[in-house]
Amino acid sequence: MKKDKTMKLSLPIEEYMGPGHLACQGCGAALAMRFALKALGPKTAFCFPACCWSVIDGPFPHSSLDVSIFHCAFETAAATASGLKAGLEMVGDKETTVVAWAGDGGTFDIGIQALSGAAERNEDIIYICYDNEAYMNTGIQRSSATPYGAWTTTTPVKHFKSRPKKDIDAIMAAHRIPYQATASISYAEDLVKKVKKAKGIRGTRFLHIYAPCPAGWKSRPEDTIKLSRLAVQTGIFPIFEMENGENCVLNIKVKERKPVKDYIRLQGRFRHLTEDEVQRIQDDVDARWARLTKMCGA
Amino acid sequence: MKKKKTLDRIVLASESEFPMMPMSLGTMHYNRTGAWRNIKPVIELDKCIQCGICWKFCPDVSIVIRDEYPVVDYDYCKGCGICAEECPSKCIAMVEEEK
Amino acid sequence: MKKVIMGNHALSWGAQLGRAQVIAAYPITPQTQVVELLSEMCASHSLDAKFIKVESEHSAMAALLGASIAGARTFTATSSHGLALMHELLHWAAIGRLPVVMGNINRALAPGWSIWADQNDSLSQRDTGWMQYYCASNQEVLDTTIQAFKVSEALAIPSMIMLDAFALSHTYEVVDIPDQDKVDAYLPPFRPKLRLSSDDPHAFGGLTSPEHYFELRYKQQKDMERAPALIEETGKEYEKMFGRRLDLVEDYMCSGAEIVFITSGTAGYTARVAVDALRQEGIKAGNLRMRVFRPFPFAIVREIAGRAGRVAVVDRNLSWGCHGIFYQEVKSALYGHTNGLPVFGYVAGLGGRDITPQTFKDIARDALKRKLPAEEIVWIGVKR
Repeated sequence: MKKDKTMKLSLPIEEYMGPGHLACQGCGAALAMRFALKALGPKTAFCFPACCWSVIDGPFPHSSLDVSIFHCAFETAAATASGLKAGLEMVGDKETTVVAWAGDGGTFDIGIQALSGAAERNEDIIYICYDNEAYMNTGIQRSSATPYGAWTTTTPVKHFKSRPKKDIDAIMAAHRIPYQATASISYAEDLVKKVKKAKGIRGTRFLHIYAPCPAGWKSRPEDTIKLSRLAVQTGIFPIFEMENGENCVLNIKVKERKPVKDYIRLQGRFRHLTEDEVQRIQDDVDARWARLTKMCGA
Repeated sequence: MKKKKTLDRIVLASESEFPMMPMSLGTMHYNRTGAWRNIKPVIELDKCIQCGICWKFCPDVSIVIRDEYPVVDYDYCKGCGICAEECPSKCIAMVEEEK
Repeated sequence: MKKVIMGNHALSWGAQLGRAQVIAAYPITPQTQVVELLSEMCASHSLDAKFIKVESEHSAMAALLGASIAGARTFTATSSHGLALMHELLHWAAIGRLPVVMGNINRALAPGWSIWADQNDSLSQRDTGWMQYYCASNQEVLDTTIQAFKVSEALAIPSMIMLDAFALSHTYEVVDIPDQDKVDAYLPPFRPKLRLSSDDPHAFGGLTSPEHYFELRYKQQKDMERAPALIEETGKEYEKMFGRRLDLVEDYMCSGAEIVFITSGTAGYTARVAVDALRQEGIKAGNLRMRVFRPFPFAIVREIAGRAGRVAVVDRNLSWGCHGIFYQEVKSALYGHTNGLPVFGYVAGLGGRDITPQTFKDIARDALKRKLPAEEIVWIGVKR
């Protein structure tokens, strides 16, 4: 039974997150954090605005992370992180990486002003958005990151989300920040590599991580990785990186994209869609993919 | 007030024991989330190819590597099933918890 | 070194001498000169600080919370709507026990747009847990700023320092600017016991259940209750080093007075001129200028006001649907402590309407013509 083979792990074995945290079963956000920490290491300080991670970490006086967290108000992740970085430098700590860690709500919507301000000033912070496509912490209400067609509690089936997902990556590119990238928890090695790369760059770095939410997407907990992989393989969530708003590189090149319906049918939040509506999603993904691949010269 | 690994919930009996601001004093190890699950993963080590994928994709840091093989920490495993779903050799079965 | 400077610049000098380390500010009339001079001070390195030019006041306070938890000394300034925009985070600073020091130029709230003196902006933040100082001279502004850093850091409670819009912010006065090394001897570097450090990681401000929230707030209040004594002690130390004393209140001829005005801000200095004039006319007037409003200095107010024949509280503010705010709080402080002392409430000067010595003469005449107040608000100067 016992083989002599040693396990070769594709990620560093060190954990900076413990078990016992409060994430739902199959939570994509929990995995996003676990992977990011493997790249960031112990000299890291987080700012968490209101989001799932405000709760996942655990209640006072406990915390599941082995790094510092400063919980902050909903709109303020990027502003608080800017101040935290400035403060640490003024007290002589130039090493600690300051990371604003926010959900899509705190990034695309209520937090966008602070994010835009920090990016325009090129504050020396890493901003990581884990995107589960709705205000999940407050019980699945729509955000501007919610994709077309999705059910949420504020976009019920008869009035499902009719506006497309806000293109936060294009918005960040317009700020010409030194580094930005998208990542998916299913491509963990790419995610870890990108966080490590970001860590070595000065200025505002933005990472957009796709983090499926079984509770909000009405998907099976065990499908979380499959969904985040399908999002990439269908072209719904392309994996690319950019510098200074240009030099776009497509990291995960998908030769034959899978049809979006493979992704959609695994999620209850899309169950009500007609064939026409699914086709509309497919057409939109096709158009976006064409634009992106052209921009990346892929 | 260094944070410590806590297997028991911290109880603060009087205001004098509280830090001035709400700050963590211990870890979440006291919270045995294994109690959440209805089904649990069982790894068939004979078929395990030691790829590490189950360890990699556990959101609850509940698969550890011991003697070159993955081992489930049932104190914390929430039974999400990601490990079983992603295992390339399909050697993880999700089994009903005994009542 | 004596210099003729404007009130706003007295704040900037206070921040420079206090060696603020992180400043995050957004311009708003009539505060702009504070941050403009601070920008120059940072650029010329007379002040070694990082100045984050944030995109709103809300982000300004957010940035300072981050800087403060890192252990840096923090400062900002704002006014009116800028302060209102920070409201959410004022709570965060106080409950989070972060000793931010902030200048606030008391300016009226809109609509319609007004840039003139009015105290509603800071007084509507009185429940956020910040210490509040109301200044009446540029010297006081500078001295208070330096002392505020010391008191705030000792108690881990933030402070705001008020200047009346234009009446103080833009008035030029002679200010004795102390030497940096003397200030350094008085105000040591900020060394908080609890701070964010990656050598000793903690989560700050996590989910706090009913099982714990109450005790944290209890501790916050208990620490704030230590402030009056600490402000007096710190003030005495300051007097030893710099020759100038600032107390919780300023008593001008209150002893034996038949009528004591209770005032704050620049109206408190105008009142002194009126007191002199009234005394010339044979009316024994006095003025109690409240310098510290939060924490409310109960003991000294009861002691001084309690010995007056009557008290006339003059508010450059109003709690809509209720009464003048200093009036309410003074009355409540005196209740049960002063037998039947009549407390009269006057509202004057809203939106920058001028408060002059004549205003106080009119108030005195009104208050002295009856035994007890007829109404809870007497409006002085409204065109009717």
